[in-house]
Amino acid sequence: MNLSSRTDKIESTERDFERLLATAARIRGRVIQLSHQARTPHLGSSLSFVELVVYLYWTFLEVSPRQVKEPARDRFILSKGHGITTLYAVLAERGFFSPELFEDYAQAGSRLPEHPSPQCVPGIEAATGSLGHGLSIATGIALASKMNGIPFNVVTLLSDGECNEGSTWEAALLAPAHKLDNLIAIVDFNKWQATGRSAKITALEPLEEKFSAFGWSSTRIDGHDFLQIESALASARQSDKPFAIIADTVKGKGIKMMEDDNNWHYRIPTKEEVDSSFLELDLESL
Amino acid sequence: MRNAFADEITRIAKDDPSVVLLSGDIGNRLFDKYKQSCPERFVNCGVAEANMVTMGSGMAMTGMKPVAYTIASFLIYRAFEQIRVDVSYHDAPVLLVGVGGGLSYASNGSTHHTLEDIALMRSIPNMQVICAGDPLEVRAATKAFFNDPKPTYLRIGKKGEAPVHEKALDDFEVGKSICMKRGQSVALLATGNMLPNCSSVSDELEDRGISSSLYSFHTVKPLDKECLEEIFAGHEYVITVEEHGRLGGFGSAVAEWLASQKQPGARLLTLGTPDQFLLYTGNQEEARKKCGLDKAGLLEQITDFIGPV
Repeated sequence: MNLSSRTDKIESTERDFERLLATAARIRGRVIQLSHQARTPHLGSSLSFVELVVYLYWTFLEVSPRQVKEPARDRFILSKGHGITTLYAVLAERGFFSPELFEDYAQAGSRLPEHPSPQCVPGIEAATGSLGHGLSIATGIALASKMNGIPFNVVTLLSDGECNEGSTWEAALLAPAHKLDNLIAIVDFNKWQATGRSAKITALEPLEEKFSAFGWSSTRIDGHDFLQIESALASARQSDKPFAIIADTVKGKGIKMMEDDNNWHYRIPTKEEVDSSFLELDLESL
Repeated sequence: MRNAFADEITRIAKDDPSVVLLSGDIGNRLFDKYKQSCPERFVNCGVAEANMVTMGSGMAMTGMKPVAYTIASFLIYRAFEQIRVDVSYHDAPVLLVGVGGGLSYASNGSTHHTLEDIALMRSIPNMQVICAGDPLEVRAATKAFFNDPKPTYLRIGKKGEAPVHEKALDDFEVGKSICMKRGQSVALLATGNMLPNCSSVSDELEDRGISSSLYSFHTVKPLDKECLEEIFAGHEYVITVEEHGRLGGFGSAVAEWLASQKQPGARLLTLGTPDQFLLYTGNQEEARKKCGLDKAGLLEQITDFIGPV
């Protein structure tokens, strides 16, 4: 990887965004298909951050399937490991592994477990699934980058439910003290956790201000709007502090019957529901 | 022991730029020399053990060799899930150093006692468990980690412990116990900071006409099974001693191994602390006395076990 290529991207064009939208639709199709095929839950949680990771992997992150061990690669840690099918789908689409691996997803012996195991497939940086670990892992990696003088960005994506975990806030307190301007935390704020409205279970709001009060630069965006995602990440690149993006999202986004319906935290789609979802996504097949 | 650790890690970090020392807001002045020679590779992580351990794992993922250092009870109990998931599951080479293991902080009360840590740590896959018996074992174990970095829990005492070994342990190997004295009849197997007491118990037994062997089982995991075979074949009585609960620790590890042996050989006695929180213990010596882990208490339990000679 040539570090000199790390220049700020020229702003994306309408056409770029159209491509990203089409990619996002394919990712959603894959995620819905996998949930149906293996009868695995967390579909709503997996659909709420699709635009965020699609933008990251097609525009922002300096990562390459040919150089998965490159020390200077950017790191992405999916802290909300229960949304892993979205990352699996993204990594396969980006060429990190063959989509054939999806055939036995979540079955005995599969390289794609229901929550990722360490290095189960190329491109998985950390085995997550227990909540509240990602920000600490990312903070450790970002600090190591500074110590070693190998510059790269570390991005982690958290669920709003994970902001219940004390360890998340331990890391949030430490990162600004070390001026980790290479650390970006994105909260997929879909307003639901497993069994209820997240802002009612704990006093999450005002979440953007909480990060600011902890010494982060922070911003709040519509997490399904590529233009806003691009702008937030551009600000993150310029920031001299760790950067928090509170992304307002919709759980189950993209499929009307699933949107903002928390039953889809655990519900498994039927064959008919997969078919109707594909129609809605304007997908013929994967 | 903590001074020996601070000295050794300072020496190692000077030559190895991948070493980073994380502290849980502990070790005031202890690491001054380290901080002088490698200021950029010392991080006071504050009173936040969970984050410290996971950060260590993240650093290890980039190729660094992190050490997470704080009081053993807080390190192991508060951050247990982080140790299990982020260190062990990822097989991340982090050295977890628990200072004040066992009853080192006896007078501080049960919040500071660490009598279940060996049980917890040895139950996790990938984790090596080393309990240093004296400052020389601390040095040797620290060096051993950096020669072959793997997830490791190093349980050390506090300060002022006298050396039991006579010279530097150049042949130290993780998982290889050290035979310090060869006798017959009784074998004393000490782990961690019970080594000095076991050494004086062994001498006392000698005076009473009972020949005993003395082993330092600094490594509880991986257990030195080869040596255990020899010990159980060559003695009538084997006694494990640890400043740790009788449930799940070193004695349990030996008992588990013994249960699978076709010809068990010697009889086993496992000595440690009782299955209760220790209240109003006073200092470490007083606490040991309460638990029968002082020299007199050990001798009494051992002579009861082996019967009249």
